[in-house]
Amino acid sequence: MNHPVIPIAIHTDTGSRQRKRQAPKGRRVDPAALTQVQILLGGASRQADLLIEHLHKIQDRFGHLSAAHLAALAEEMRMPQTSVYEVASFYHHFDIVKEGGEVPAALTVRVCDGLSCEMAGAQDLLAKLPALLGREVRVIAAPCIGRCEQAPAVAVGQNPIPNATCESVQAAVGAGATKHAPAGFIDLATYQASGGYSLLKQCVSGGRPVEAVIKTMEDSSLRGLGGAGFPTGRKWRIVKAEKGPRLMAVNIDEGEPGTFKDRVYLERDPHRFIEGMLIAAWAVGIDTLYVYLRDEYHGCRVMLEAELAKLRASPPMAGMPQIELRRGAGAYICGEESAMIESIEGKRGMPRLRPPYVAQVGLFGRPTLEHNFETLFWVREILEKGAEWFTAQGRNGRKGLRSFSVSGRVKSPGVKVAPAGITIQELIDEYCGGMSEGQKLYGYLPGGASGGILPASMNNIPLDFDTLQPYGCFIGSAAVIVLSDQDTAAQAARNMMNFFRHESCGQCTPCRVGTAKAAHLINQPKWDLPLLADLSRVMRDASICGLGQAAPNPVDCVIKYFPEELA
Amino acid sequence: MNAITRRELAELDAPTVSFELNGKAVTARADETILAVAKREGIEVPHLCFKEGLEAVGNCRSCMVEINGERVLAPSCCRAPANGMKVSTNSERAVASQKLVLELLQSDMPETAYTRHNEVDQWSVKMGLGKPRFEAREQVKMDLSHPAIAVNLDACIQCTRCLRACRDEQVNDVIGLAFRGDQAKIVFDMDDAMGASTCVACGECVQACPTGALTSNVHMAAGPAREAAMTVPDKQIESLCPFCGVGCQLTYNVKDDKILFVEGRDGPANHGRLCVKGRYGFDYAHHPQRLTQPLIRRKDAPKRGDMVMDPDHVMDVFREASWEEALEFAGGKFAQLRDTFGKKSLAGFGSAKGSNEEAYLFQKLVRTGFGSNNVDHCTRLCHASSVVALLEGIGSGAVSNPVMDVTRAEVVIIIGANPSVNHPVASSWIKNAVVNGAKLILMDPRKSELARVAHRYLQFKPDTDVALLNAMMHVIVAENLVDADFVRDRTENYEALKANVAAYTPELMAPICGIDAETIKYVARLYATSKGSMILWGMGVSQHVHGTDNARCLIALSLMTGQIGRPGTGLHPLRGQNNVQGASDAGLIPMMYPDYQHVSNAATRATFEKAWGVPLGSLDDQPGLTVVEVMHAIEKGAVKGLYVMGENPAMSDPDANHARNALAHLEHLVVQDIFLTETAYLADVILPASAFPEKDGSFTNTDRLVQMGRKAINPPGDAKQDLWIIQQIANKVGLNWNYQHVSEVFDEMRHTMPNIGGITWERLEREHAVTYPCKNEGDPGQSVVFETDFPREGGRAKFVPADIIPANERPDAEYPMVLITGRQLEHWHTGSMTRRASVLDAIEPDPVALVHPLDLAAMGGQPGDVITIASRRGEVSLYARADDSSPRGAIFVPFCYYEAAINKLTNAALDPFAKIPEFKYCAIKAAVGGNAPVAGSYGGGQILR
Repeated sequence: MNHPVIPIAIHTDTGSRQRKRQAPKGRRVDPAALTQVQILLGGASRQADLLIEHLHKIQDRFGHLSAAHLAALAEEMRMPQTSVYEVASFYHHFDIVKEGGEVPAALTVRVCDGLSCEMAGAQDLLAKLPALLGREVRVIAAPCIGRCEQAPAVAVGQNPIPNATCESVQAAVGAGATKHAPAGFIDLATYQASGGYSLLKQCVSGGRPVEAVIKTMEDSSLRGLGGAGFPTGRKWRIVKAEKGPRLMAVNIDEGEPGTFKDRVYLERDPHRFIEGMLIAAWAVGIDTLYVYLRDEYHGCRVMLEAELAKLRASPPMAGMPQIELRRGAGAYICGEESAMIESIEGKRGMPRLRPPYVAQVGLFGRPTLEHNFETLFWVREILEKGAEWFTAQGRNGRKGLRSFSVSGRVKSPGVKVAPAGITIQELIDEYCGGMSEGQKLYGYLPGGASGGILPASMNNIPLDFDTLQPYGCFIGSAAVIVLSDQDTAAQAARNMMNFFRHESCGQCTPCRVGTAKAAHLINQPKWDLPLLADLSRVMRDASICGLGQAAPNPVDCVIKYFPEELA
Repeated sequence: MNAITRRELAELDAPTVSFELNGKAVTARADETILAVAKREGIEVPHLCFKEGLEAVGNCRSCMVEINGERVLAPSCCRAPANGMKVSTNSERAVASQKLVLELLQSDMPETAYTRHNEVDQWSVKMGLGKPRFEAREQVKMDLSHPAIAVNLDACIQCTRCLRACRDEQVNDVIGLAFRGDQAKIVFDMDDAMGASTCVACGECVQACPTGALTSNVHMAAGPAREAAMTVPDKQIESLCPFCGVGCQLTYNVKDDKILFVEGRDGPANHGRLCVKGRYGFDYAHHPQRLTQPLIRRKDAPKRGDMVMDPDHVMDVFREASWEEALEFAGGKFAQLRDTFGKKSLAGFGSAKGSNEEAYLFQKLVRTGFGSNNVDHCTRLCHASSVVALLEGIGSGAVSNPVMDVTRAEVVIIIGANPSVNHPVASSWIKNAVVNGAKLILMDPRKSELARVAHRYLQFKPDTDVALLNAMMHVIVAENLVDADFVRDRTENYEALKANVAAYTPELMAPICGIDAETIKYVARLYATSKGSMILWGMGVSQHVHGTDNARCLIALSLMTGQIGRPGTGLHPLRGQNNVQGASDAGLIPMMYPDYQHVSNAATRATFEKAWGVPLGSLDDQPGLTVVEVMHAIEKGAVKGLYVMGENPAMSDPDANHARNALAHLEHLVVQDIFLTETAYLADVILPASAFPEKDGSFTNTDRLVQMGRKAINPPGDAKQDLWIIQQIANKVGLNWNYQHVSEVFDEMRHTMPNIGGITWERLEREHAVTYPCKNEGDPGQSVVFETDFPREGGRAKFVPADIIPANERPDAEYPMVLITGRQLEHWHTGSMTRRASVLDAIEPDPVALVHPLDLAAMGGQPGDVITIASRRGEVSLYARADDSSPRGAIFVPFCYYEAAINKLTNAALDPFAKIPEFKYCAIKAAVGGNAPVAGSYGGGQILR
């Protein structure tokens, strides 16, 4: 860069007469900061949708986002300062430091305080670690980091520590082990050696007509596994019917507390997902794909970047679609389909009002096929084995397989591929080695933080889409958290409501104000039930997106199924 | 506007749907919202985040309605009806939701009200809401860092109306919604104190805020913010903004003969928008230094051009006089000079700030009472060259299309204009157009705010307009992008232009103008080939010795490409003063009678002799002297008496020391004004006049829109309305005028001015605004002209080729830099009004020179240091503001600061055709040091200190 250094003094003075004489209104761009940002961005595009990517570059390089760097980035991207600031301040993984503000410690330790981790002692870690790690390390609570089967989970920098103890965290900090690289996954060569991408090749070479592929997907009854459960084949058909150019957006912003299946699959077999994604793109007629990966999965990102690079170097198909990997920045709401699209566009993750639907007006205003990671992960197997194979699975009158993320008070937590329609009792007994030693089933959350809480007495409900609605619950992403006699539903509800309050995007009144008021109300010794009922109703009826609509679920379930706790 | 926008067209196409609303069958357009339909049906649905004119975002959720078969409720402000839909706004479920949303918001409202119009309160009352049951959130501190606007975020409901007003409407991009969840917060820039942010105080956010979280922090009228917002006005007067040519309609809210606050009104040019001057610049009218009594110069106070004016010591120089004495002296002396030294010994400067009727009577007074055409006004200093070129080329000195047409254009060129500062509301329309896809090409040596949104910004070297524009035309000819049909059917003299631009290749011109050849070609193609390209320009084009040539090039560019005569194309010289268009139309120029009828035309003279009831053959058949020529004539002793109404040539004329000496040299100077201006200081008689809100009259904006200004308050003390004063002077010089009402003057005007012939006073009263040409009563008025022909003989436009003429005074070893003068956002012209407006003065209290940071560093200076700038004609010392909007080697200085009157330095060299001085270019030197400028009894931010 051959820019002259412009000597503009940076003033923190807020409007004195002398300040007005010195420079035009507002914060001026510091030439030194501008040079740093220019070097950091290098030849990367300055287009607005890359804002979050560029913010990451600054955060990673400097450990925080100084106002000077933000102003420089705004100048470089030809954006208003406030547009940069509102995005930077929306995402929890960005640390903004204003002029004169305190720079955070070089290393951050995030202690997950999701329900499973809290049940496993996260609060204890949060209480003890700051003193043990000293001032050079910042210890903060973090919403679910997607490692509930390893509770309590802690991230030292970008390095996840499973079943963390004060000692293991101290050891990682001491060793400077702040990065993570998944090992033992099926890389491109291994995947191809075992027949990987031959299905895709078969598709693009005409071996499998598009119509037949879509038909199989329809017949399989595979539904969206992010939680909403929209039939996959039908979605392909709908988007295909829209006028091009169409885009695809893949949601790996797995953030629902209790959910970790996408990560487990991604860490194990990334190309199975990529092949499914490319088949979907081929079937629907899409040539640009965006993959949105939650920031907490640092190891997966490094791995996926490398594997995608390999794939681009030797593409399995001619004219392979462009695959853009985008990095989240710490916002549960970005798992909501339209919020994710906003985030991919470089904006705050605020859900859009629908209609119009994402399939019609989605990413960059184009018709968009949006899928959860796992949905695509299943595509290869279903197409290879046929729709009948998939529909032949199931129990209690339900069809198909589900990947349950089981955590909490069971002997063997983890991702359990089980028949759809299995009951909690069967799941615990057959797949999880039973309850933890000496503990009794007290209740369970069938669908993460937002799917409600059911008591042990209701242990015979088939777990699947549509089966839980009559009970005011839903299965969502099949994140099952098991409570035992050591837990209370009210405490679980408080944990959930604090989470929702923390993660509400703040756009609509019922959710922004409602989650805060609800969290306050259920922290009182006596719950104001009529007021909570009114509040629950407006949140369900009037919130823009699923977060606010489902946020009252845990509270309502406590009132409905655990009244004795409130007595 | 008369024409229809693309969006409006789309709306016309929308199909009709039938649905059920609260059990009643209704029909609506498919793109209407349920809320709009409900409103039409007389059904009230609460709504907060929705505001007419802003994009509906549906975030407050107070307007939820129940739609049969849908799982959740729908926001009626965002939801369109569909055939067969059953919608209920008043079901138990819908109402429960509406009420609970209000209750949630209400529970967080502060105890103290910040406005009388809190919409949360209003809807709560309508919905019968009781005391909110939720505990309030933590309250936040007020931000009172801005002189104009108080930020009380404890009343904020995060509805983002302010954000949309700031970003979508005004496109100032200052307000954001930062953080998230219940921490979501309205911020300025990066959560900065509002007073430290880039906020330009247009106040659109205040006007948009439903709860008083943003209020006008207007101190002077009624105490601090709360009182101002809580005081009930006793009348509301629909009037106009007194400042720029955009012509925003506004409402004066008045109590006890004082203006409390101002609100934007839905006028054709502003649709409710205002800028900082319009919204907060009104209290000059209440300034204690208003002239309230006629003044006559004391015998012991001789005039000297270098006197330092001090309005606090008026009585050192003047004595009070009765109106009888003052008028007798003022008018009697004029008559005496005329009768002794001849008709051409007198001259008059009217005002572009006055009404059409004042301008008309003023020129009529000079022409029939003084007896010559020695009448001019500040148009000479702003767009005279544009007008000359336009009259010559297309037969009309006004714009072809209104500013608003940028919203229909594909390409917009802005050259030599800084509308964000000088026409802020027009700038907001331009930025709206850009956001909606128009490509903005900004051409200006100064990197103004619009560069931020420009598709291309061409920072050409000062003074090289003709080189750049001829090169563009060369490309258009060379690449065969000429609209041959248009050229053949509607123009003449094209071959001369074509021959002339042949030599101006982009490659040759690139080093001259500093823009590379590829960019010149790109921009030329873009302009020529778009479906609609519009050019807007300002003083950066006109205020040169080659100003007329600059404008000729722009005209030729539009003619050769056929980019004129349709909506969304054309030529728009952005007129500066609120009534510079009207004053020029009314004949306040030395070579034209009203409606641009040339004084040399015998038939025209006869018409006016008849209309004005003066003897045939009595009107002067020679063009009179222009502003700068009058100054020279005074020095030579040819002009001895001068009547100045509402102008301040001692500040605004080039080479101000020279101008002041000339004024001091006058035998008889009568100044009619509202303050003791630098010019008034040199007067023999001062007549205290009325401020804009103190009188009725019509005003014509840059779009040719004749609009009604209405009296809101009374003039202070013994100050009189200008129309009355002009009439008194007229009668003292022997005219026998007896106008009883301003409407009588307007009626006389329209019968001598064919273009406004169809506009009646009653219609103006009724419609507030009518566009001309409007030749016959009942005509709608034409906002886009030249659709079929040009008002020249034969109906054809004429190409006038131009060649490069350098600036009169180029930099050299002794004076190595260039001075560019102009205005800044908060201050108007010579500052006599705005530096007495408390908010404006507080925002920009001190004289500054905008110096490129590298130039300042090269001088060894720090931002904020005092520097001294000198030209061959004078020097001033002022503060150096490091601002990279100035190109290297050039310094920009606003001319509004009396303590650093930059026109002492400017060059009075004139454009040979239009006699406009070269304000935009003279050679200077600059050095760090000098005496800090000292503000006298006004300015310097002292009202709010």
